[in-house]
Amino acid sequence: MNVTRGFTGRARVDNPGLPPGQYDAGDDWPVLSAEVTPELAPADWTFRLDGLVERPRTWDWEQAHALPGSAYEGDIHCVTSWSKFGMRFGGVSLDTFLEVVRPHESATHAVAYSHTGYTTNLPLADLTGGRAWIAWECDGRPLAPEHGGPARLLVPHLYFWKSAKWIAGLTLLDHDEPGFWEQNGYHARGNPWQEQRYSGD
Amino acid sequence: MTEQLTQRSTSTGFTPPTRFAVPGRIAVSNRAASVWQTATLTEIRRETPHAATFRFAVPDWEGHLPGQHLMLRLTAQDGYVAQRHYSIASAPDDPGHIELTLDHVEGGEVSGWFHTVAEPGDQVALRGPLSGFFAWPGDRPALLVGAGSGVVPLMSMVRHHRARGLAVPLRLLVSARSPEELIYAREFGAETRPLFTRRAPQGVPVGRMAAAHVAPLLDEQPPGGWEAYVCGSNAFAEHASRLLVEAGQPVDRIRIERFG
Repeated sequence: MNVTRGFTGRARVDNPGLPPGQYDAGDDWPVLSAEVTPELAPADWTFRLDGLVERPRTWDWEQAHALPGSAYEGDIHCVTSWSKFGMRFGGVSLDTFLEVVRPHESATHAVAYSHTGYTTNLPLADLTGGRAWIAWECDGRPLAPEHGGPARLLVPHLYFWKSAKWIAGLTLLDHDEPGFWEQNGYHARGNPWQEQRYSGD
Repeated sequence: MTEQLTQRSTSTGFTPPTRFAVPGRIAVSNRAASVWQTATLTEIRRETPHAATFRFAVPDWEGHLPGQHLMLRLTAQDGYVAQRHYSIASAPDDPGHIELTLDHVEGGEVSGWFHTVAEPGDQVALRGPLSGFFAWPGDRPALLVGAGSGVVPLMSMVRHHRARGLAVPLRLLVSARSPEELIYAREFGAETRPLFTRRAPQGVPVGRMAAAHVAPLLDEQPPGGWEAYVCGSNAFAEHASRLLVEAGQPVDRIRIERFG
């Protein structure tokens, strides 16, 4: 460990919810999308599941909202090193969508893609078991466009670039296929507790 | 020195059935991103009352392309670590050295250390260069739009353009609060148009970036059009990218780097 001369840093907080190398952003919620925020009305939003599934399907806004609701209350972690605590997202569990399309046994990974064309890859195991959502509400309000509204993927146990904004669909695959940031040197999985920021971490 | 940063011509991965987002410009070195290196501060230059440039010797630096960033880490006596992403300000042709220009952020533990404690000879850890998305290899006409310290990665492009004597067109539209707050003011040339939002020199109007500033740049666009690079706060990036889209810049040729 190379100590930086004269560096003390901010007051230490004993926060077991803070992954290594992260800090608490407090009330801030930085926006880091690399593309132009799209003008996407709920009426124009669709969400599709296809690839290695029995019955590919597309939902529109109303059809998705007719599914049983589910909420996530907890923290989110960005690879740029901020974390944000006590968020409340509302939407539908991805399990609910997956039950409809019935993934093949050969499906091991997925590429999530946005209405902007942004992509990110995830192991299917990170998208099932009540750990992933399609979210359209945050803290009781419609999700703002700059944060991915009308709806985004939410996979809060991974770094937040995996939670694709303006989600348009997921394609299930039998192999891993790097997405936008992953092709730009970011880690394939992005587990904040193991500090998987960049490829090779 | 950038041979290892080979250009990515076509994407071979999954192609989304939606309109394609701006692909990365280059393939990045995974080794550079995963190895922490020691950087020794060699010089501090004041740019504005709130920003200074920090020059480092990094003997094993692999080289970078203009627009790339790095991750910097400071470590306290008790093992506490703070890490931040910073854009690289210097052009690539500066072997073994890089420069960062940092705003003194109120209450910022890392920028605060740089502005109040750091001296030549101090050592920090860094890894990079990171991300090929905002990189500009100097190949396509570049329209650069920045505000505040968002000008930093864009300045790396301007410097590269100048150092190599590149013929490809490049324009910089940069917004600052006042002439005193305009980073790199003395370095700008005919490629740059500065705008002032609070106070301007006599005879120069004060105001936010507007359609009237962006439209002429799109009217004079070179064959093949501009590759647009936008950098600044989220509020600025939203505003500037909307102006570009309204002026006719294709949405998939706008790359945005936001602070955070």
